[in-house]
Amino acid sequence: MKRIMGEKEIARAIEQISEEVLRGNSGRDLAVIGIYTRGAYLAQRIAQYLERKEGRKPEIGFLDITLYRDDLSDLSPQPILRKTEIDFEVRGKRIVLVDDVLFTGRTVRSALDAISDFGRAEKIELAVLVDRGLRELPISPTYVGTYISTSLQERIEVRLKEVDGVEEVVLIKKGEEWKAEVGKEKTC
Amino acid sequence: MRKRRILVKQGRVIDPNSRRDEITDILICEERICKIEKEIKEKEVEVIDARGKIVIPGLVDIHTHLREPGREDEESIKSGAEAGAKGGFTTLCCMANTQPVVDNQEVVRFIYEKAKEARINIYPFGAVSKGLKGEELAEFGELKEAGVIGLSDDGRPISDAKLLRRALEYAQMFSLIISVHSEEERLSERGQMNEGFFSTKLGLEGIPDIAESIAVARDIQIAEFLHLPLHFAHISTRKSVDLIREAKKRGVRITCETAPQYFSLEESLLCGFDTNLKVNPPLRSKEDVEAIKEGLSDGTIDAIASDHAPHSEEEKNLPFDKAPFGSIGLETALAVGITELVEKKVLTLSGLIEKMSLNPARIFNLPAGELDVGKQADLVVVDMDRRWKVKKEDILSRSKNSAFLGRELKGLVMTTICKGEVVYTFNGDNL
Amino acid sequence: MESRGWQRKDLLGLEELSKKEIEIILENARSFKEISEREIKKVPTLRGKTVGLLFFEPSTRTKLSFELSAKRLSADTLSFSSASSSIVKGESLLDTIKNIEAMRVDLVVIRSSSSGAVFQIAQQVSMGVINAGDGCHEHPTQGLLDLFTIYQKKGRIEGLKVCIVGDIAHSRVARSDIYGLKKLNAEVVVCGPATLIPSQIEKLGVRVSYSLEEALKDADVLNILRIQKERGVDCQIPSWREYRQQFGITRERLKRARKDILIMHPGPINRGVEIDSEIADLSSSILEQVNNGLAVRMAIIYLLANR
Repeated sequence: MKRIMGEKEIARAIEQISEEVLRGNSGRDLAVIGIYTRGAYLAQRIAQYLERKEGRKPEIGFLDITLYRDDLSDLSPQPILRKTEIDFEVRGKRIVLVDDVLFTGRTVRSALDAISDFGRAEKIELAVLVDRGLRELPISPTYVGTYISTSLQERIEVRLKEVDGVEEVVLIKKGEEWKAEVGKEKTC
Repeated sequence: MRKRRILVKQGRVIDPNSRRDEITDILICEERICKIEKEIKEKEVEVIDARGKIVIPGLVDIHTHLREPGREDEESIKSGAEAGAKGGFTTLCCMANTQPVVDNQEVVRFIYEKAKEARINIYPFGAVSKGLKGEELAEFGELKEAGVIGLSDDGRPISDAKLLRRALEYAQMFSLIISVHSEEERLSERGQMNEGFFSTKLGLEGIPDIAESIAVARDIQIAEFLHLPLHFAHISTRKSVDLIREAKKRGVRITCETAPQYFSLEESLLCGFDTNLKVNPPLRSKEDVEAIKEGLSDGTIDAIASDHAPHSEEEKNLPFDKAPFGSIGLETALAVGITELVEKKVLTLSGLIEKMSLNPARIFNLPAGELDVGKQADLVVVDMDRRWKVKKEDILSRSKNSAFLGRELKGLVMTTICKGEVVYTFNGDNL
Repeated sequence: MESRGWQRKDLLGLEELSKKEIEIILENARSFKEISEREIKKVPTLRGKTVGLLFFEPSTRTKLSFELSAKRLSADTLSFSSASSSIVKGESLLDTIKNIEAMRVDLVVIRSSSSGAVFQIAQQVSMGVINAGDGCHEHPTQGLLDLFTIYQKKGRIEGLKVCIVGDIAHSRVARSDIYGLKKLNAEVVVCGPATLIPSQIEKLGVRVSYSLEEALKDADVLNILRIQKERGVDCQIPSWREYRQQFGITRERLKRARKDILIMHPGPINRGVEIDSEIADLSSSILEQVNNGLAVRMAIIYLLANR
């Protein structure tokens, strides 16, 4: 297991992403939508930063993309769905979609489908804390905290205070996985 | 032609009538038993090795539905007889609810004609009422002349008390015993199973135990009033057993039978909605099952009959409330008796045999149920220790609707001999 | 995240479900409810899956609810209805279902007038089966939507006192409600004419009352069963008039109940028999139940179709 980011690095990445979002969208009708589970907390942090900086809070929403996945039947057993909360008008908004790790791109594709069902946004941007490469779809992020080159035998895990009690990003090699998995499940 | 002779060697011979229970040889000459001795040495005989087995009188079933004429797709006299032989029965008394009903000489003669194809004894019951409609008496004199051995509207109760009274009075002239299916239909109508917690749980209309016992009480009083004999078919509740016990103490001339499902299966089994367990009377409570065992053990219940009721797979594969009542039973009755009554010390082995051969034969005056020199050679060799599982593919009956499917039973018929002929032999493959 | 999830092929009744399984359904229903509030009330989850709706007993509401639930999940639906009379030869029931299975339908929703029929069918097919009501036995989706409605309105189920009024003997809704409520630790009182309270129902852990006034005292929830007038009285009650006098829900009777009592009814309502028209109109929760029915059925279809 290799530690890639710690608390400071994560905070710095959020700040940097938020600054870039501001630069590109200042004064626009902005909304931040986080993908459950950890993307939702990152979205909150970004929204809070924007509020501090701009004096007004952007709209914030949360998305469970389970129902939009193309690999649903492979997922077993069934997870419990989280409630999608997008309580604002999507039409005409600039949306920053937030997730913790960008990998194959399939989650983002599902999220784009889901957001489209709520209305036609003016523009959708993508912010991720970690881009680990290995895309399976032509999707590229607008804002990235950090790039890490990985192989399929590895996995990236983002751990946040709100969910996991710690702040870190780690790279886990196959075989180390199980222990981490068990620990993760417990905190959920 | 050479005389046919069979020597049954060294079996434990049990005959309730003579109270014989010993290891001995039996020699059969033609249709009769000609010798019973410790050791018989004969040449040119067919030898049946009965070492380690029991040898008992051929069983007598006083309650069988053979469905012929009318529903030969479900059973025929021949197929029913084969099933009976496999179960150790050498005498079957078939009920009158065929299509057409056995309420005239023609049908009785037809049954006897068909019975020639069967290798065991077949005796028909005649109907009490024309068409089993419960309205007018059937012609008992004609029926007796054609050869019925008893009378019954089984399948239907005789709701009209006056009709039952007249039937009993009239039947005595022909020495015919009436077997009644006691059921107060207003209480059981639309019912699918015993009324109680389980019917509530399953959302099935209930049949209260008093639907049976109220009718039993009424019928006892009619028989008592007339000082005439009466036989109760398939008794299933504690209340009926209590009523019959009391009546017998008072000297009322009644007899009764129960069927294997009523001393072995409980209503709780219906939780899987298995229509093979849908029988009439319905499977009752645990307490009722206990009471039936007590009744068997103290002699209140005289006989065990199979109430063999074949139904086609299509009919049984219906929703529970649409499926017909009934379970086949000829091939399992003896083994269920051994497993549930003898093994569990409710009855002695001899006691069980008595209730399945001697007693039923006596109730209906049949030439059967005894194993002795000079008697017709109807006997069965049974391996008491053999365990077997009731499987659909092994059933000989044309219908496969057994309430005992999947159960493991103890006691297997090895050989059945009727009128001096081997009519069934177990060959290791048929299990 | 819930790590151990749904394992069952079928949803046949609440009796067989564990508390945990009921909670999984209710939790998911919460999320599905949101979808019906969207402008585009549809998610692509079950694209390419087929749900068969086989109603062997007349039904409008339940069938519509299942159909819409399946469609909101993007499943295709295939429906078959038949008046009970044409299924006299019930053999055709199993035949019909085997045929539908051969068409590679993924899930079937079945209603039958025979108790246990859906259970019997589920044992003979490999596709998933949802019981949409079988005779007087169970109606699990109605039971679940009742639980969901109580949960949404009261915030909890444990410790609530729920009163079920009506023909308990012939009600599959009552049975499913009782199983569900008891598993979630509610207190249940069943109330109705003694002739319509089935034998030994106390053994299911409920209290029986023949007095509506007494049963309503301190009740948090009142579930009014539909009286099946078509069943006729068959010496079970003297008349509908007397039934209304003894067990009808009137404004007068409700005055003595708790102010915040939740009134539910599985529908369709016999106005003026089991419930006064004005109360039926006042009670928003009855229509809320219909809406919740969609969410619960979507959750169930989702869980079973993706097993």
